[in-house]
Amino acid sequence: MSYDESLFPEKMPHNPERATLEGKNKFMGLWFFLGGETVLFASLFGTYLALKDSVHTGPSSDELFGLPLVFLMTVMLLTSSLTSVYAMYHMRNNDFKKMQLWLGITGLLGIGFLVCEVYEFAHYITDYGFTFRSSSFGSAFYTLVGFHGGHVTFGIIWLITLMLRNAKRGLNLYNAPKFNTFSLYWHFIDVIWVFVFTVVYLMGKVG
Amino acid sequence: MTDNVESSHVDAFEKERSKDEMKRQVISFALMIVFTLASFGLVASGKFSSMFVIPVILIMALVQVAFQFYYFMHMKDKDHEMPSTLIYGGVWCAALTFTGLAVITWW
Repeated sequence: MSYDESLFPEKMPHNPERATLEGKNKFMGLWFFLGGETVLFASLFGTYLALKDSVHTGPSSDELFGLPLVFLMTVMLLTSSLTSVYAMYHMRNNDFKKMQLWLGITGLLGIGFLVCEVYEFAHYITDYGFTFRSSSFGSAFYTLVGFHGGHVTFGIIWLITLMLRNAKRGLNLYNAPKFNTFSLYWHFIDVIWVFVFTVVYLMGKVG
Repeated sequence: MTDNVESSHVDAFEKERSKDEMKRQVISFALMIVFTLASFGLVASGKFSSMFVIPVILIMALVQVAFQFYYFMHMKDKDHEMPSTLIYGGVWCAALTFTGLAVITWW
């Protein structure tokens, strides 16, 4: 980035993430992307619901799922959504250090979530022999939940890159939109997870 | 001079406003935790029929998602008409996709 005076104002505007045209475009572009993501996940959920009872000789959802772990994962992801709200609060108050701190906590919670998910999948594969190829249910399950996990992974890589790249820059009108874009994406991941735990895990337990 | 007075006044006002905003977001978070607990509790208790539990947990999921969109992602704020259009456009396509899959599966 070439040095641009206009990106380092003496007094930050109230919405630094949307003060520049670039920022406005990033903001709008991300919402457009989220609209598309909604359709992607709708098709995966539809497929999952259609195939969830086709268990062939493999285990059924009721035998597999354990609610305590899923509950822990839910709380971690939901809390990370709140911590990224805190980060954006500090961004609007132009407090770079506190923003980085809360983003760091967000990242750690995300990693915690991912560790639980890897453990969960490993548990299904080794203890139940439940794999992607076990049944239609297996394929649909790993595709849907794995796609969400992939989004979490991508989000964590995105966050770490953002934090490291901008660690020495401080907050300015160039990177404020980037942090805000990430936080919107991260909230959306939690939106998807709300449906995953409701439709896949809870509905899998009640039948 | 008047400019400075004016801007510091706006600052205090803005600070107050984002504090209020934060309070609302923490309340939303608390409510989302409550809804999550209620959903898991309903299913874990195992006392209710699936015909009752499934619609209830789906409604609670929708409420949580509304909190997420309107409070955490600021969709309730003004100048969010375009994001709303985009996301509801996505939701509309998603509903069509979902209905299509449901129809070919259960018809």
